[in-house]
Amino acid sequence: MKTKRRLTLKYISLSIITLIMIGPLIWMIATSLKERSRIFTQFFPNPIRWENYLDVLQNGTFLTQYWNSIYIALLVTISVLLFASMAGYAFARLNFPGKNIIFILLLSVMMIPPEVTIIPLFLFMRDLDIINTHIPLIILPIFGAPGAFGVFLMRQFFIAIPKELEEAAVMDGCSRFKIYWKIFLPLSVPALSTLTIFTFLTNWDEFLYPLIFINDRDLMTLPVGLSLFTDETGTAWEHLMSATTLATIPLLIIFFFAQKKFIEGMTAGSIK
Amino acid sequence: MLNNKAKTKKTFSAKRGEAIAGWLFISPMVIGFTIFMFGPLVYAFFMSLHDWPLLGEQAFIGLENYRNLMSDASFTNSLKVTLLFSLGLVPLNIILALFLANLLKEKFWGIGIFRTAIFVPVMTSLVVWAIVWKYLLAPELGFINQMLGWFGITGPSWLLNPNTALPAVIVVSVLKNVGLNMILFLTAMQQVPKELYEAAELDGASNYVKFRNVTFPLITPTVFLTIIITTIGAMKIFGQVYVMTNGGPGESTKVLVYYIWETAFKLFDMGYASALAFVLFFILLVFTVISWVVRKRWIFYED
Repeated sequence: MKTKRRLTLKYISLSIITLIMIGPLIWMIATSLKERSRIFTQFFPNPIRWENYLDVLQNGTFLTQYWNSIYIALLVTISVLLFASMAGYAFARLNFPGKNIIFILLLSVMMIPPEVTIIPLFLFMRDLDIINTHIPLIILPIFGAPGAFGVFLMRQFFIAIPKELEEAAVMDGCSRFKIYWKIFLPLSVPALSTLTIFTFLTNWDEFLYPLIFINDRDLMTLPVGLSLFTDETGTAWEHLMSATTLATIPLLIIFFFAQKKFIEGMTAGSIK
Repeated sequence: MLNNKAKTKKTFSAKRGEAIAGWLFISPMVIGFTIFMFGPLVYAFFMSLHDWPLLGEQAFIGLENYRNLMSDASFTNSLKVTLLFSLGLVPLNIILALFLANLLKEKFWGIGIFRTAIFVPVMTSLVVWAIVWKYLLAPELGFINQMLGWFGITGPSWLLNPNTALPAVIVVSVLKNVGLNMILFLTAMQQVPKELYEAAELDGASNYVKFRNVTFPLITPTVFLTIIITTIGAMKIFGQVYVMTNGGPGESTKVLVYYIWETAFKLFDMGYASALAFVLFFILLVFTVISWVVRKRWIFYED
């Protein structure tokens, strides 16, 4: 009797929390499908107005910003995978003077928050004349949290690989790069996929760098673009909600297809 | 003899080859972090010792920027707001995450749905989450106040009222990230040996007693580390504030990073902004060092 009541209580409290958690997103999707005149008079859209999405997609700026977000996040992710796995391999498998101290320095310096270095970086990028281009948005995040986490993760992974695999290849006279590329990298797919998800998500959400380095709307990525969308159109709630729904779709796709890796990437990155 | 000499020579060159290979492998990361992280950090300190307008001459002024901090009401306010934000966010986040993890640690019908639902905000983008909540909290037409209206309550203009703006941003931020901490706690709780619970049950312990005397003591290291990580995140909060309130109304939500951003990129006072950034750096450094110490202890603890 007591356990039954306890179970009911558990379901009730969890249901309330679930509603608070996913309610805003249901409201977002519902509003994105409403007619403008009915936004405040109904909860569920009736009639459903799919054209809101067409309107947003026909707005060239939104699509351009979408593309910017995708290709920048992909380039950053590929660079992090390459550089972090290279460094992780060296720290795990090669002996060279200064190895341990450089490893510790690398991890601690990479903890420097971008909020602190952003001002000199802005002047630096201005002197290089690459303000208002995508170059800073691609280069800088590589050496942020995902890079540091990546080096650490890859080193841990490579340390656990048995020596024999490597020795045979050394006997055959393979170069170090070939050993890394042909033997170690293919083995590290599990670690690489965790790192991929963490890096991609972190970059998809990146706000500070694009806010500071980009002035043109057509060069912005989605987070800053969406935050300005609010100011520009003011009351076009349904269009803004279509845009934010569309911006959430890549994340939903990743979550749907790689739920376990997704959670692993997010939690591993935050514990770093 | 000759053979031996050749052998040492070979190992020597092999060693050198390995060292060169090692340095080459780490060079992209090392060069990148030197140029884009360490260099700018040192340069930020250098800038903080100058009067440094974006355009025009810079002049060395020693520690004057730091002295000026003391009498800058906006700075003390931004520190206070950041502190209040953290003091509100961290306990709320940790307690809610612990509560949820404890509810969801044993399998029951529908557990997958609940776990996923609580994790959903974590996977949405921060800006999207903030925008949606900004509209939900809109004064008259916002869904929250409409809902309150059904019960005859007139809700406040959440984000336009200096008394409610900060609490609103805190709650929105907690909801965004509580799922992540919940997963961290769940993982830790699942490592607690089952026999301990069985023993407690034999003693007739209630759920609360089991949590207090079995679960909590065993996951303390994780909880402690999570508190520090969450605090570091809270100290750096910016995006939500930028999207939801722009630091206002008045200066009621103007956190430290927002003030740094404003000083540097709205007022173009680069020197003073660098001094502000260095204050942030020291605060974060303290927490980071604590987290390292804790982590080290934690590893011993696990051994």
